Amino acid sequence: MTSATRSSSSRHAADAGPGTNEPRLSVEQVSYAHAPNPQQAPIFTLEATSFQAKAGEVVAILGPNASGKSTLLQIISGALQPLSGRVLLNGFVTHNLEPRIRGQRIAMVQQESQLLFPSKAWEFVMQGRRPYGKSLRFETEEDVVIAKNALAQVSAEHLSDRWMDQISGGEKQRVILARALAQQPLLLLLDEPTLHLDIGAQVDLLETLHRLARENRYSVVVVTHELNLVGEYADQVVLLQKGKCLRVGAPAAVYQRDLLEQVFQTQLSVEMGSNGRPRVIILPGSG
Amino acid sequence: MRPLTLGRLLFQCAILGAILFCVMVLALKFGAVHVSLYGLGRDLLRVLMGKSTEISSQYNLILNLRLPRILLGVLVGASLSVAGTSFQALLRNPLADPYVLGVSHGAAVGAILALLLEPRLALSPEIASVFTPIGGFIGACVAITAVYFLGRREGRIDSNTLLLGGVITASLLSAIILILLTTMPSSNVRGMAYWLMGELSAVPSKALGWVLRVGFLLAAAVIYMTASDLNLLLSGEKEAMHLGVDVRRVRIVVYIAASALTGLAVAMSGSIGYVGLLVPHVMRMIFGSDHRILVPASAFGGAIALVMADTLARTIAAPSELPVGAITAIAGAPLFIYLLRRRLA
Repeated sequence: MTSATRSSSSRHAADAGPGTNEPRLSVEQVSYAHAPNPQQAPIFTLEATSFQAKAGEVVAILGPNASGKSTLLQIISGALQPLSGRVLLNGFVTHNLEPRIRGQRIAMVQQESQLLFPSKAWEFVMQGRRPYGKSLRFETEEDVVIAKNALAQVSAEHLSDRWMDQISGGEKQRVILARALAQQPLLLLLDEPTLHLDIGAQVDLLETLHRLARENRYSVVVVTHELNLVGEYADQVVLLQKGKCLRVGAPAAVYQRDLLEQVFQTQLSVEMGSNGRPRVIILPGSG
Repeated sequence: MRPLTLGRLLFQCAILGAILFCVMVLALKFGAVHVSLYGLGRDLLRVLMGKSTEISSQYNLILNLRLPRILLGVLVGASLSVAGTSFQALLRNPLADPYVLGVSHGAAVGAILALLLEPRLALSPEIASVFTPIGGFIGACVAITAVYFLGRREGRIDSNTLLLGGVITASLLSAIILILLTTMPSSNVRGMAYWLMGELSAVPSKALGWVLRVGFLLAAAVIYMTASDLNLLLSGEKEAMHLGVDVRRVRIVVYIAASALTGLAVAMSGSIGYVGLLVPHVMRMIFGSDHRILVPASAFGGAIALVMADTLARTIAAPSELPVGAITAIAGAPLFIYLLRRRLA
């Protein structure tokens, strides 16, 4: 382990508060309403939602399309201001953080990361160091070490000098994740990171997230549709439907056949694996 | 992994500076009246040593006529090119530039209105001399604001809508320019038409020259301070925000600075097209898309390109002169089409 990662993990330990059981992320009765213009009735609402996450925990937000998953994630990130309630990260309201400080504490991996002009993978990862610099800065030796480390943590060192538009979707997703790691955040947010990935890359990504959360003491919140990957790797599940939070809890508690059938509008069965993790089997044609 | 260092940045700027110097010397040499490089060097040295009286009248003419024009070309080329680089990053559109977006047209309308208003306002000479550039700046700001709102769909900038908005704005403003021109005394119209095509023959007065230089340096410095932010804005406003960029502030600051650059350039030399579009692209191919090097490289590149184009404009049909905007358009339009097609492919 290099000095850079060590300093990062010690920072996280210090930031975690007095006891390790203290929640790092606290989403408190957060609601939201979206209207195209103020005179009209809102076309989308998110009803009061609450959950907490400790350092090292992976929380998955699950739900069908248009259930408010991405909106909730944007509120957690501080980008959107909730209508009521608040989101606390180590006791600070995320929406009120100054942009640069927010960039040091919260990293977001978006659904799609478009590039206007091609850049090398290492240049992309280096962007994650931006919140630590003043307006115009040149990267330091430490930044280089941190960026290299971030690439190594997602097994993407070999991609360093490749162009971003010439690598596969799975490889690109790993580089994007590396940029988020280079931010050395406390909270890592991911909006459908498995979209456009093949099944092997999906498993690989969730496994990496699970490992990183444990190793780097991140709190991870991930929005996804992958029921089985969530069942396998998440510590908590937040189940949303049409802007309503139906259930919060461990996958084994939330994954109940009737509930999931009603939410996802399809017939399925839930089995418990030998490791105590639930598995969902979709039963096509029987609905 | 080879991050940009201050040393490398300065080295690359020095090379570009040297090329610009050579181009300027050659531009001094070529023209309707031929001079030798030796005589030019000798007389330049004499000027530097304070012995201006010993200069032959032929060289005196060149230093008094060609040099200010070349210096204006440097300033205008650099302004347009830096403005283009900024617009491309802010609007996330590689085809954006002051001319395509109608910002140049807005500046032209502003400048013409200022010209028409000036005699009626009884301004003091100092204010009157900078009245046109201020009109240009305001026109540029209004145009970019209009185009920005036309290009927004559901709160996001949409590339195609934006370009369309720019084209529409430009054509509307062209019509307004025509109407304004018809209200002018006919003796002014040919000069105005030339000016609209873009030309560098109107050498600014001393006071105006200082306004231009200080304005350029200020606006370019402001844009350069946001270079790291512009790098992140390339991957989208949301992404930039999550990486600690104060997107609103950067957007406002850069829009104003880039509009100021466009306004100053257009007020001095009319709407010269394609410099702001083409040069940033070429520089991006050579130096990559890191704005910490791209912004200064575009400034040098724009200056080099415009001085070269103006030299051509002066010499190609000597003794008569072409508007430099015609040269940049003839060279630029094919490249624009090439880039557009490559993007669509």
